[in-house]
Amino acid sequence: MSLSVLRIGPACTIQDQGRTGYLDQGLSRSGAADITALHEGAALLAQSTDLAALEMAGMGGDFEATLGTDIALTGAPMQASIDGSPAMWNASHRLEPGQRLSIGAATQGTYGYLHLSGGIDTPLFLGSRAAHLTAKVGRAVQAGDQLPAKGGAGRAGMKLRPDDRFSGGRLRVLASFQTSLFDQDTLDRFALTSFQRGARANRMGMQLESTGEGFAANGQLNILSEVITPGDIQMTGTGNPFILLPECQTTGGYPRIATVLPCDIARAAQTPAGGEIRFEFVSLEEAITLHAAYLADLERLPGRVEPMVRDPHDIPDLLSYQLIGGVISATE
Amino acid sequence: MTSKYADTFPCIRTVGFDGLLISFADTMAEPSNRAALAFRGAIDALNWAGVLETSASLASAYVRFDPAVLPHSDIKDRLTHLLAQQDWYKAAMPAGRRLWTVPTVYGGELAPQLDDAAQAAGLEPAEAVRRLSATRVRVLTIGFAPGQPYLGPLGPEFNIPRLKDLTPMVPEGALVLAISQFVLFSGPTPTGWRHVGQTAFRCFRPDAPDSFALRPGDEMQFVPISADELNAIRAVNGDGMGGATCQEIEG
Repeated sequence: MSLSVLRIGPACTIQDQGRTGYLDQGLSRSGAADITALHEGAALLAQSTDLAALEMAGMGGDFEATLGTDIALTGAPMQASIDGSPAMWNASHRLEPGQRLSIGAATQGTYGYLHLSGGIDTPLFLGSRAAHLTAKVGRAVQAGDQLPAKGGAGRAGMKLRPDDRFSGGRLRVLASFQTSLFDQDTLDRFALTSFQRGARANRMGMQLESTGEGFAANGQLNILSEVITPGDIQMTGTGNPFILLPECQTTGGYPRIATVLPCDIARAAQTPAGGEIRFEFVSLEEAITLHAAYLADLERLPGRVEPMVRDPHDIPDLLSYQLIGGVISATE
Repeated sequence: MTSKYADTFPCIRTVGFDGLLISFADTMAEPSNRAALAFRGAIDALNWAGVLETSASLASAYVRFDPAVLPHSDIKDRLTHLLAQQDWYKAAMPAGRRLWTVPTVYGGELAPQLDDAAQAAGLEPAEAVRRLSATRVRVLTIGFAPGQPYLGPLGPEFNIPRLKDLTPMVPEGALVLAISQFVLFSGPTPTGWRHVGQTAFRCFRPDAPDSFALRPGDEMQFVPISADELNAIRAVNGDGMGGATCQEIEG
């Protein structure tokens, strides 16, 4: 056992890359909403990207180390401290037995991640540790739980400058098999509209709002239920878009106007309430190039990890919340 | 990319970045479901490098793949070739299918919308139960919730619409009916389908070695029992079978 959960936000779950192969049984992949953050945590701790981490939606918690362990903090930056001393986000740290890690609210974005050296070692279900709350697989982590970890060599005191993906922005999308249910005027208007992320958002999907008319398909509301893939932008009956995320249903009858590229799903999921989102259609050829570049960037992450002490601002004695805020905003 | 000719079937269309959908119809019918199941089975049997997963929905097969290993144009060519190999609407059903016979309480307090469904179908309740329980339905697809089957087709008299108002909650094991199909719920859920039967059959058994009881193409028959009999079954339902029997379907 490595970490005891003393206090925790309401929407924290254990996540990894999710489980594939159960689509035909109605079970979608699940897995981290921000897969890039999983790769960053793995790079910081010099461990496998297949390991599980704690995903914290909006709010973290208080944790006490029962055994010494190295940890990493990635994804949406959150206020963090170890025994009261501020702890840098996008970095790895050593927790000695009895030390307390406190993670507060997200200062940007939505999903923060706590990685443990060796990975969180809860039981596998169908090849994955990922909770899938809508399928009643696993449950939210609660106060009193233990986060077991395998431990390992670990690597504290490292940092990584993340790609800024925590405040919405442009999402590249592909036409999909139901895009032609929408007329060209609607598609053009969709691509020109500035959306705001609505209040309704969870790991199943996130609602988008815009002023003006909705984006309805052409009298095709009785279409046969067909396969759904994460990233699909589904139009409800009122023509309001939802971006579907890792816990989406496997099939659905609402028409989907387009699909967010896998490389932009982390940016979509991290968009905070009220954050602005725009869509840009790209061709399949462009999507393949963008996807290859994204995978190459993930591969290069371990080489971008550097020791904290190289920068005088990172020396622990100089740290304060204000300085941490400065470090974070420097990535914008 | 996206087909403009969705009125001609079968057709192959893209699904997001890494998927293709091979559709055999845009409405639910027995031959197109048969085609979807058989075509999905054929893709699985070919075991192409780069295929990540497949599934079958009511009238389509879906294949997800790694475009870096199996480029879109390559897999589309292979699928087009495979489509031309035979008349998939007349394909044999996949091998290894099973018939599940599931004890079911029709109507009464446990399934309060039977009378309503019978009326919508223009039948006396007893006749509705006779017809529903005599029909062997096929697992057309599994979805919406883990392990949860869509079953059909039922006779055309049961082509009744969904309710306008959702029933706030029906329990796991509920047999609900709309549009000539059953759904056997794998967990408690709100629904617009009519709750006509109640079973103790668990479709999703996360703690069992085989978490999913059913496979697309399996058949099910829901035989009537009394509420007392269901209570007796529930008392000894550790395996989640709900008193059901399972046999291989020959050929």
